Amino acid sequence: MPYRSVVLIKQVPDTHNISGKVMTEEGTIDRGALPAIFNPDDLNALEMALALRDAEGGTVAVITMGPPAAAAILREALFRGADEAYLLSDKRFAGADTLATSYALAQAVRKLGEADLVFAGRQAIDGDTAQVGPQTAEKLGIPQITWAEAILGIDGSKITVRRSIDRGTETVECALPCLLTVVGSANEPRPASVRRRIEYKLASTSMEYKTLLAKWPDFGSEEALDAWLAERKLRIPVWSAADIGADEARLGLAGSPTQVYKVNFVVLEGAESKDVQPTREGIAGLVDELVREYIVG
Amino acid sequence: MSDSRNVWVFVEHDVGGDGSVIADVSLELLGKARELADRLGSEVHAVLCGSKVEGLAPTLIAQGADLVILAEHDELEAYRTLPYARVIVGLVEERKPYIVLFGASAVGRDLAPRVASALRTGLTADCTDLQIGDYESRKEGKVFKDLLLQIRPAFGGNLIATIVNPKGRPQMASVREGVMKKAAAEPTRRGRVERVTPRFEASDFALKVISRERRESTLRLKDSAVVVAGGAGVAGPEEFDLLRELAQVLAGEVGASRAAIDAGLIHHDHQIGQTGLTVRPRLYIAAGISGAIQHRAGMDESNKIIAINTDPDAPIFQIADYRIVGDLAEVVPMLVEALRDKAK
Repeated sequence: MPYRSVVLIKQVPDTHNISGKVMTEEGTIDRGALPAIFNPDDLNALEMALALRDAEGGTVAVITMGPPAAAAILREALFRGADEAYLLSDKRFAGADTLATSYALAQAVRKLGEADLVFAGRQAIDGDTAQVGPQTAEKLGIPQITWAEAILGIDGSKITVRRSIDRGTETVECALPCLLTVVGSANEPRPASVRRRIEYKLASTSMEYKTLLAKWPDFGSEEALDAWLAERKLRIPVWSAADIGADEARLGLAGSPTQVYKVNFVVLEGAESKDVQPTREGIAGLVDELVREYIVG
Repeated sequence: MSDSRNVWVFVEHDVGGDGSVIADVSLELLGKARELADRLGSEVHAVLCGSKVEGLAPTLIAQGADLVILAEHDELEAYRTLPYARVIVGLVEERKPYIVLFGASAVGRDLAPRVASALRTGLTADCTDLQIGDYESRKEGKVFKDLLLQIRPAFGGNLIATIVNPKGRPQMASVREGVMKKAAAEPTRRGRVERVTPRFEASDFALKVISRERRESTLRLKDSAVVVAGGAGVAGPEEFDLLRELAQVLAGEVGASRAAIDAGLIHHDHQIGQTGLTVRPRLYIAAGISGAIQHRAGMDESNKIIAINTDPDAPIFQIADYRIVGDLAEVVPMLVEALRDKAK
């Protein structure tokens, strides 16, 4: 039977590929210099939702909270098979820690209406906290299944999932609706389809209309462009704090109990180190020393 | 009841061969909690949930707890998010601890965010250090005294951030197993045990555990005297096999940086670093690991470090005792050979 799924996705700086240019002279990070990518685990969450829809029917909506540029991953999700996409963007969301983020996301999921399943990646590579999934589930008042590896069965009122635990796995059965956080090893995310890439190439948020109009002046006005996109179901809705009925005191910096007190760029202590030549003699000398100092043997 | 300055530790335990045993991470946290509570002039309370776990209380006291809050119920036998969260949230609301610490285990990382969200307070995951200190908020023109300074690598491990939670209570943090050192047990320490009666709602049982499958593999890595670890510079499974061979010759274990895990070279149980295991072996060989701080957080207290990397500027070399600039595909077999020669 068909299920309504919502997938929470995030655009993140590619922290796995940090080069010298990204660090400023003050030792801070120039976020703008890092490529922005689809958070890896979120691709697995999307794939799990899409595979379920392909097997059982239903729809998959994706939501992200972020700056206007985050629309890029919403389009990416549409290319890969998502049915609907929504952007939460408002300066009131800025500076949110995981508590304020999960509040905004939960409000957005509520606004979308009755979801049977909410999916999220296990964690995002910029913070590695793995907190937003469980916190969103709490805000929605639904159970959570973290570190999901596979959906083993679903029958309309409950889902059976295999999840990763320390030193093993467990199989759980949970009443719907519930929220799953998905691990990176769960599946192989499908690539964007060429057909969908063409179909959704122009999918846009209203925040992108100025840029689009500069490229295609023939539309004449934002209103005309908006009507044209809406007619083709290419308009990606942008929701503000007011749109999701959020209490402003619980959003962004204001709604975040945690604050960054200070940030240190790590200065490595110069260990007294020896250079070892990558030759037979060099390595043999190293092994001699290790044995002499009772480090090996 | 007025707000206390007490430090709580959520106690994780596991059913072993002869009954339940307390998880190492909880014992390690008790040592840290003791230190924080002594600094604050307050008490350490251990929150012990489960079924027939009263026998664990003396160990918790010996490891630093002043009070063991014992919540026993058949429904708490196997860990499930909602019943456990119900108990913890209820206790925190009633007793208002100042700080609550969780192990950053599969259980802690599932439970702590759920609890923090219900309490609408802050939570910092995977801390590598915890201290008590003052925080001056320039925005509010106010000094917050004796806050929990929650220190963790951030931004993919490229920075170290100190996080504070000036107003939310309790201040909550999680710490990985192996990051804090377990204090020596003091069997003569005195402490109290207080039994509480858990109350649940029907909705707490929305999830049922059908089965658990155990896989024992990482325990040895954590305690191994020698660790050979590979990272992004390991070109493929064949090169990773070279590291396994080296580990075998040294009677050690293999580990990996996140890059090697992401590349699918080895199971994530073997990940060393902030979001993986912390190891302190006698010898750590880092092959093809650049040494982002996130990885270093899990191995920089190793006694001796040998780094093998083609990039002479790789950060790992700055903490290495022995630097080998070269291709691991050549260097590792040479090491294996030299060690075998020595053993003859």
